[in-house]
Amino acid sequence: MSKIEIKNIYKIFGPKPEQVLSMVQDGAGKEQVLEETGHTVGLDNVSLSIKEGEIFVCMGLSGSGKSTLIRHINRLIDPTAGKVLVNDVDVLSLNAKEILEFRKKTMSMVFQRFGLFPHKTIIENVAYGLEIQEVPEDKRKEIAQGQIDAVGLQGFENQYPAQLSGGMQQRVGLARALATDPQILLMDEAFSALDPLIRSEMQTQLVDLQSKLKKTIVFITHDLDESLKLGDHIGILNGGRLVQVGRPEDIILNPADDYVKAFVKDVNRSKVLRAKTVMSKIDKFDASGINPSSTYKYDEDTFIEDLIPRVLKDRSTIEVIDKTGTTTGYISSEELSEALTKTN
Amino acid sequence: MELLTDPSWLYDWPKWLDIPLMKWINNGFKVFNEEYGIYFEYVNNFLLGAILSLKKFLIMLPWPLVIALVVAIVFFSSGRKIGTTIFVGFCTFFIGFLHPRFWDKAIETTSIMLIGIIICVFIGIPLGISMARSVRVRNATLPVLDLMQTIPSFCYLIPGIMLFGLGAVPAIIATVIYAVPPLIRLTDLGIRLVDTEVIEAAEAFGASDKQKLLGVQLPLALPNIMQGINQCTMMALSMVVIASMIGTRGLGDEVLLGLQQLNVGKATEAGLAIVLLAIVLDRITQAYGQRIQERNTAPK
Repeated sequence: MSKIEIKNIYKIFGPKPEQVLSMVQDGAGKEQVLEETGHTVGLDNVSLSIKEGEIFVCMGLSGSGKSTLIRHINRLIDPTAGKVLVNDVDVLSLNAKEILEFRKKTMSMVFQRFGLFPHKTIIENVAYGLEIQEVPEDKRKEIAQGQIDAVGLQGFENQYPAQLSGGMQQRVGLARALATDPQILLMDEAFSALDPLIRSEMQTQLVDLQSKLKKTIVFITHDLDESLKLGDHIGILNGGRLVQVGRPEDIILNPADDYVKAFVKDVNRSKVLRAKTVMSKIDKFDASGINPSSTYKYDEDTFIEDLIPRVLKDRSTIEVIDKTGTTTGYISSEELSEALTKTN
Repeated sequence: MELLTDPSWLYDWPKWLDIPLMKWINNGFKVFNEEYGIYFEYVNNFLLGAILSLKKFLIMLPWPLVIALVVAIVFFSSGRKIGTTIFVGFCTFFIGFLHPRFWDKAIETTSIMLIGIIICVFIGIPLGISMARSVRVRNATLPVLDLMQTIPSFCYLIPGIMLFGLGAVPAIIATVIYAVPPLIRLTDLGIRLVDTEVIEAAEAFGASDKQKLLGVQLPLALPNIMQGINQCTMMALSMVVIASMIGTRGLGDEVLLGLQQLNVGKATEAGLAIVLLAIVLDRITQAYGQRIQERNTAPK
């Protein structure tokens, strides 16, 4: 079942979006609409389905509409046309009061420039969502303290955000989002403002947290490596249109158009592709020639990055096994070279 | 037909081409005063009562105690800055030190200002908030503010005198009209300048408009609002001094007296006292805003 369902969303910015809508629906391009009507097309017929418990990464360059898209999910922005369903409830049908309840209960958001309250201490920031929900003070302090500990910021509770480094501030942002125990986490370029080392650290922390929490996460980024590292599924936006949705491997191996191709051109494939994707199935592999003494067993979800040294060093063959330990296929230097060759 | 034969009316503005605005306004004012004078009487009595009781209370206190109070306020509002506190303490002391009579006069001026500023805060901040929230209110209010700030300040004394006669109350009315625009503008600006991402964060957590305003927008706009109150205070002081022309008592009438008697020394002394009072009030109102500003943007 899908947790979030976005159906044929259009968003047009300008004084009279309704009048321009039919033109966009008839297939007019972004530049054409801007030139003829002065309206900006934010989103053009975007449909998506996001499953419960997955990290869905929405990727695109600036101006591609990804930040606009994520704001439709908690209705910080209303679409010009289309539907947004969360837990099978039409978000657009909610009235002003219901929408506040919906935001409190269902989801929280992490921002690119952190969006922390500069006049509140760290613990007050983390407790903000609970304060809005009118949770009693000692209770919310307790929960907030737990979240602060979880992101490793003990000892900073009574400092102000301006006294913390960027990475620490974003941890506060993450702790604040998690404090309300939301079902859905919206992350808008959450790590983009951080320097590379801290960013990588935060990505790992997010993956660790997610393996415990199993939230539904919608993550926005302009960084392909980040989306490949985090995403269970990736949607690529270009000029307000969704050009491809798929698992990281699909995007790498079968880019939908030139735009996606250009994106994936320089990707380190060995960090993205998994054993099960590149292996030859057991029935299609001639196993007679392999030397059992130089055969290693690896789990099917292993990234081939980890297999390369094995295969190259002692010309060994990799036996790929699934969760139950059954052999499902083999990887030799041939499969590896094929997987790592760029398709043009 | 005479106009065609005698072109002299083209050179001198003709007497008949005149809109009788003065007559209309005077008549209007008269009717207005007759109809609603009673309400102005109430307002007058209330404001006068407020000023008098505040003044009496402050004059009744021994002067060292008042100086101590000012010092304490500065000390805490500036976040315990010793230098500022001592400086302001000395300035306060010097007002009386210049001339013993100035002490009571300064208190009188301050009382009128304080009442004026309180009214300004009650009008200015809510109006500024509604301007920040609605483009319509903004568009309607901005030209009025522009007008209020272009009219020479002593013109505001006129409607005050018409409605309330001479004395302290018309001075307050003029003070409010003159000093409230910067407070309105800075409240509006302060709220609109709050980082959009911070506002979005509050919205994303489901904060209602009220929670957003009280919990996020106003606290973050506070440095600007304090700046507005500071501007308001300075303008109120200048207005109260000018209001000595309509018989408002205080430091202003010392200057006026000095001018009328061609007594340069006396006028200068009183002028200095006004400057000292301005410094004291400025430091008190600035210190608080600066302290919040520093916390919000602490050095990394």
